[in-house]
Amino acid sequence: MEQDITLKKEGQSTAFIKSLLAKVTPKIQKGDIFNSLKKAGITIVSILLFLGLWHLGSKALYNKEASYKIEKALTERGQEAADAERACIESGESSCQPNTLPSPSQVWGSLQSLIADHKVITADKAAFAEKMATTNAKLVAQGKDAIIYTGRASFVDIVLTSIKTVFAGFLLALLIAVPIGIVIGLSPSLRSAFNWFIQIFKPVSPVVWYLLVFMIVKTLYIGDSSDNAFVISFISVGLCAMWATLVNTAMGVASVDKDYINVAKVLKLGTFQKVFKVILPSSLPLIFTGLRITLSVAWMVLIAIELLAQSQGLGLFVWEEFQNGANDSNAKIIVAMFVIGIIGFLLDRLMLTVQNMVSFNKND
Amino acid sequence: MAYLELNNIYKTYGEGEHATEVLSNINLSIEEGEFVAIVGFTGSGKTTLVNLINGLLKPTSGEVLFKGEPVVDTSHDRGVIFQNYSLLPWLTVGQNVYMAVKEAFPKESKAALKKRVDDYVAMVSLSPAINKRPKELSGGMRQRVAVARALAMNPEMIIMDEPLGALDALTRGNLQDEILNIWSKDKRTALLITNDVDEAIYMADRVIPLKPGPNATLGPEFKIDIERPRDKTALNDNPSYKKTRNAIIEYLMDIGAERKSVSKEEYTLPDIAPKSFVA
Ligand SMILES: Nc1ncnc2c1ncn2[C@@H]1O[C@H](COP(=O)(O)OP(=O)(O)O)[C@@H](O)[C@H]1O
Ligand SMILES: [Mg+2]
Repeated sequence: MEQDITLKKEGQSTAFIKSLLAKVTPKIQKGDIFNSLKKAGITIVSILLFLGLWHLGSKALYNKEASYKIEKALTERGQEAADAERACIESGESSCQPNTLPSPSQVWGSLQSLIADHKVITADKAAFAEKMATTNAKLVAQGKDAIIYTGRASFVDIVLTSIKTVFAGFLLALLIAVPIGIVIGLSPSLRSAFNWFIQIFKPVSPVVWYLLVFMIVKTLYIGDSSDNAFVISFISVGLCAMWATLVNTAMGVASVDKDYINVAKVLKLGTFQKVFKVILPSSLPLIFTGLRITLSVAWMVLIAIELLAQSQGLGLFVWEEFQNGANDSNAKIIVAMFVIGIIGFLLDRLMLTVQNMVSFNKND
Repeated sequence: MAYLELNNIYKTYGEGEHATEVLSNINLSIEEGEFVAIVGFTGSGKTTLVNLINGLLKPTSGEVLFKGEPVVDTSHDRGVIFQNYSLLPWLTVGQNVYMAVKEAFPKESKAALKKRVDDYVAMVSLSPAINKRPKELSGGMRQRVAVARALAMNPEMIIMDEPLGALDALTRGNLQDEILNIWSKDKRTALLITNDVDEAIYMADRVIPLKPGPNATLGPEFKIDIERPRDKTALNDNPSYKKTRNAIIEYLMDIGAERKSVSKEEYTLPDIAPKSFVA
């Protein structure tokens, strides 16, 4: 007996020390450093390879279109015109450049010019605010609306609008899908009642969602001259993207481990306690998986919806640049594409981190 | 009138063609303050039996009476230690226990509840780990938390479903003593389900084998008249202990052999044998 107790104490304290040691000893080893260097190396090489292929591809396309232009000038207007066309293309004159897939360096240049443009517009805005400061103060004092800057939006403003739209849509999806998901997850009969609804609306395309939302919001905003493009686009994004969260939440709530339910029963937890202390925490990992999908879907459908809703975001930017057909339009479109991709990737990482934080493994 | 009574219990899972009768004609009565152990092979229906007693399941026919009243639901009077700890992984040790005491003593102040949690966590010597989550604990520590959670509700009867089944021999021995200590302090009624004959004999006043299912039913009971506190090392030389152990094992093995010859199915021996035979 006596011996047993001392043994137990010792076992416990060594386990405690071990777990402490495991926490303070950094787990980096030689192999780890080598591996992460290798991984980074591979990534860099693949990026360079991608840029190289892109460069070659765009050059080939450029040459194809250039020679077609010269050929066309030759057949339509003779040798002289063809030579003039060639000279024009080689001089880099923007009016006669082939309009095709831009090269990496052109895209880089466009990014710089977009940033420069942003600085100009920001300065403009500041100047405007300064100029109008006294007037606006007077207007406000008289109870009238202040005059606001209505100039062109810069690229950064456009990106921010898109991010705002996605977040508002995501929030809307969360506020609708999680509560409904919980309720239908808790009740099998509600689940079957909702099933047809979910099955039908889940695959509806973003364009149709936009039209639906447009029909409703337009009527709600009747007589109101304020701009409802943002409202329409975030609601469409939210409705279009919420289904993954709805389905996952319902599934998570419906499939709580039986052991946990038994614990709740044996402890005789009330309904509130049972839902918030047992069922919800246990379905959080699935809910967050759903939210992660929702966020990426939201970001994906954003472009189409902003375009349709004429909301001042990346979707409209891309479309206007395409319609514009200016010399650097294509490069700007590619810049927007990368910005969308990178932000989407960062948002996904963010969600993954949160998801890992709320996940648990029953058996470890 | 017995404290806990099971009369002609039958339990069938599934319906129609797929119905399997897991428990047949179970009769059991436990007196107040008694420590009863039920031993049986894995899959014989022990958990089913336990869930009938704690109120998680209802019998297909027959009745379960607790202090003369039919069991219709779970109750704070009957504390349960589950087979697989069943701690909530998103709560810390303290929070797991707190959740239970808050339900059991709704009128107590928060401070009183906290004190209760601290006391019971200390009782299972886990105070240093009170703010840890289950995944940071070893199996033995988790089982201690489960013990603390069940006992902190101060149940009249404590029902344990293979509480130590997943633990190594040393931890198992320690926890057996801890549970016995706690039990002997205020002589709660206890029902222990186990697949370890030695454990059953060491801990219980009465050992009843569960004849494996389908149609599992309780075998003849074995009274253990060894004086408490029992000493494990001395037990091995106790002739009545040896005799009882052999009788129980023989009974269980016989049914095993019987079942094998009837079903002709490959049957892997349960993990009760090696430890008992070497000891
Ligand atoms: N909910 C259930 N539905 C159908 N069969 C079950 C269910 N629970 C247990 N069983 C079956 O009943 C038998 C006894 O299970 P259980 O009571 O868990 O045994 P033990 O605890 O002794 O290992 C097993 O054959 C198991 O497959
Ligand atoms: Mg079991």
